[in-house]
Amino acid sequence: MSTTWRGRWAVATAHPLFWPVIALIAMLVANTIYRPSFLSIEMRNGHLYGSLIDIVRLSAPLMIVALGMTLVIATGGIDLSVGSVCAIGGAIACLYISKQPDQNSVVGVLTALTLAFGLALVLGAWNGVLVAVIGIQPIIATLILMVAGRGLAQLITEGQIITINSSPYRMIGAGQLLTLPFAIFIAVAVALVIAAATRRTALGMIIESVGGNAEASRLSGIRSSRIIFLVYVVSAACAVVAGFMMTANVSSADGNNAGLWVELDAILAVVIGGTSLAGGRFSLAGTVLGALIIQTLTTSVYAMNITPQTSLLFKAVVVIAVCLIQAPAFRAKFGLLRRRRRPGPPPAAVAADPRKEEVPAT
Amino acid sequence: MTDPVVTMTAISKSFPGVRALDGVDFRLLPGEVHALMGENGAGKSTLIKVLTGVYGIDAGIVTLGGEQVAFTGPMQAAAAGVSTVYQEINLLPNLSVAENVFIGREPRRFGAVRWGEMRRQARALLARLDLSIDVAAPLSTYSLAVQQMIAIARAIDVQARVLILDEPTSSLDATEVTQLFKIMSQLRDDGIAILFVTHFLDQVYRIADRITVLRNGRLVGEYLTTDLPQLALIEKMIGKELDVLERIEEQQPKRTARQGGTPFLQATELGRKRSVEPFSLTIHQGEVVGLAGLLGSGRTEVARLLFGADRADHGQVTVDGKPAALRTPAAAIGHDIAFSSENRRTEGLVGELTVRENIILAMQAARGWLRPIPRRRQDELVARYVQALGIRPTDPEIPVRNLSGGNQQKVLLARWLITEPRLLILDEPTRGIDIGAKAEIQKLVVQLSDGGMAVLFVSAELEEVLRLSHNVAVMRDRQLVTELVNDQDLDADKVMQAIASGSREVTA
Repeated sequence: MSTTWRGRWAVATAHPLFWPVIALIAMLVANTIYRPSFLSIEMRNGHLYGSLIDIVRLSAPLMIVALGMTLVIATGGIDLSVGSVCAIGGAIACLYISKQPDQNSVVGVLTALTLAFGLALVLGAWNGVLVAVIGIQPIIATLILMVAGRGLAQLITEGQIITINSSPYRMIGAGQLLTLPFAIFIAVAVALVIAAATRRTALGMIIESVGGNAEASRLSGIRSSRIIFLVYVVSAACAVVAGFMMTANVSSADGNNAGLWVELDAILAVVIGGTSLAGGRFSLAGTVLGALIIQTLTTSVYAMNITPQTSLLFKAVVVIAVCLIQAPAFRAKFGLLRRRRRPGPPPAAVAADPRKEEVPAT
Repeated sequence: MTDPVVTMTAISKSFPGVRALDGVDFRLLPGEVHALMGENGAGKSTLIKVLTGVYGIDAGIVTLGGEQVAFTGPMQAAAAGVSTVYQEINLLPNLSVAENVFIGREPRRFGAVRWGEMRRQARALLARLDLSIDVAAPLSTYSLAVQQMIAIARAIDVQARVLILDEPTSSLDATEVTQLFKIMSQLRDDGIAILFVTHFLDQVYRIADRITVLRNGRLVGEYLTTDLPQLALIEKMIGKELDVLERIEEQQPKRTARQGGTPFLQATELGRKRSVEPFSLTIHQGEVVGLAGLLGSGRTEVARLLFGADRADHGQVTVDGKPAALRTPAAAIGHDIAFSSENRRTEGLVGELTVRENIILAMQAARGWLRPIPRRRQDELVARYVQALGIRPTDPEIPVRNLSGGNQQKVLLARWLITEPRLLILDEPTRGIDIGAKAEIQKLVVQLSDGGMAVLFVSAELEEVLRLSHNVAVMRDRQLVTELVNDQDLDADKVMQAIASGSREVTA
């Protein structure tokens, strides 16, 4: 083994996204071994179909919620209310559309979206005020809306599931554009907008500064509370877009179940993507990867016919594995092992993980 | 000669972009006070952290009591008898004093902490240091100096064979230093090996038996204190002819008072309850006002009020003769006021951001996030100040927490200098940094004020205040007691007198 090869390996493993990428690849490989047709994509009626496309489409709402969550977590906060905001947004939009004489009217749908989006901004501002102005700890402040918001969503739907029949609205969740699911375009657009807003301006650095050291940031003249307020509004805005997708996909709004527990998956996606819960440096690409990993996992659970009773356990084991290989302390031990065994091909050592993960599956 | 209790052989340690230690040898004998000397970034802190297992080493051998050791962390090192008190106090402000002393090794019975016993032992231990305080009160209620003593108490309580004191005196006043030295001598006589790091040369000559000098991560040599005159020591530390020292001497010892014209900033009866009594202070363009006083006399509080870091509840401020509301740092920055805090780690730098990002932070904050500073302009500005202030290492893309204390201070200065303030408030800008960097910062202050910038210079070192200031404001017990013109007659003794007596009459 040449030293440059080793050097390159060291550089690659030091990259924060290295282990998430490996985890995703490992999962795709495991799926392909189980079912060789997993990777195939075919054209039917002008649309592309395949497991990979499904994974990306189904991960879109989670990805959008997680992107907003990334900014909140980067400031050292957390937003538990995103699931409730999904439900409220979806419910408002569906309720408005269901009252329209012509549910297929584009103007009607756009009005519904605007209404729901506006309400989500208000909800985000509520969180922002509680955290940034009043100074309540984020986990408590957003817990309020997480609990109350579910109730609000059920009030809006009057405890029923609102079913609509609106093809423009359905487009958001289940439509197709240029052979691909429309939801993918929305997710990509949200990712690009957030990336541009944080990395093309100084917002990203300022968020990282506030999350890294709030007092030092304040003494540098950063209006920390404005930034913190802003990220909760952005998070709610992302959540409502995801809520549109979820409800549009099934053409109905269920105040009780829409977006249920999505906050937990979103937090997980952010953490898998390498953003620290303590705040500071954040990675949007990491979050996108994290969301893909979680959805791949869910899809695998179905594809491999794992019984529902064991699927949560299976998920938990994989998540633990992904988090462990990212932990510096664990990697240090892992690295020692590798050094002692001398230059065994490192990817083999990594591939050992998915094999371990399969144990509870069998 | 007794066998060394600690030997370190050919130690090397690198960080991304920094070669912190390069083949350094070091030994520590029982019953001695051994001073580890060197400029900022010479590798002193790294050597200590290697010894206590905070960092692993890339190469080399560490032995303790003749056996090779590789501690995995300070707890393990402490259990083996190597205790450390770090430069930045590593205590937990929201826990009680007793909890801080015994954290991790609380007296227990059946797994439950014996709180009464813990408090009793803590009181006994602090009594050894002549410190009689309420051990049940939260640590944050005590001053930095007292916190430092508590950190030392914690370190000596474990059955220590080796006690490492990293800059223990930088936040202590003269009496407290004497107190500390008494304890150090006592511990030395008990056979404990003490490793002492400081930037105060006179303290080295007061207490140390031997001296090891590092420079740029390499060993320069080990000497008996009696064999190494002070000038020779400085030469070995900075590794060049004494031009740095000469530069300090060159600086005119007295600066002609500069008054008249509209004051840049005028504070009238400005105050804040439980922080500082109402005071009045005037600062003109191009004037350096020194703020002298003992630790805890309210120096920092005055600085924070003028910057809006704390909100005043009394009095007014005018800037350029017009009333100004300095309610937040952002507002003060809007009036071209800058503030470099004494706590650079907690109130100054954002550790995980890079040197570049830290330097542009204030300027970017003033512009607002919608108007990012173009990257090329950032690189230009950063390169200019990295060069002008001699920030090492020169790579602006490494996290600022990887820099040594003095270089971090320079990064903080650079952050404010690029905003081109008209009033620069410096709170202990030379605390805990080496003589070369100190001289550079003092020189910089003179240059800036000659260029028309107003400077409020807060320092515990009277010589420094006197060397730089046109006027010296004296603080005592959270009151501004008097303001002295730094003319031919003013010397450290007179300022000291003003601090001690605290009345206007004596100095008048």
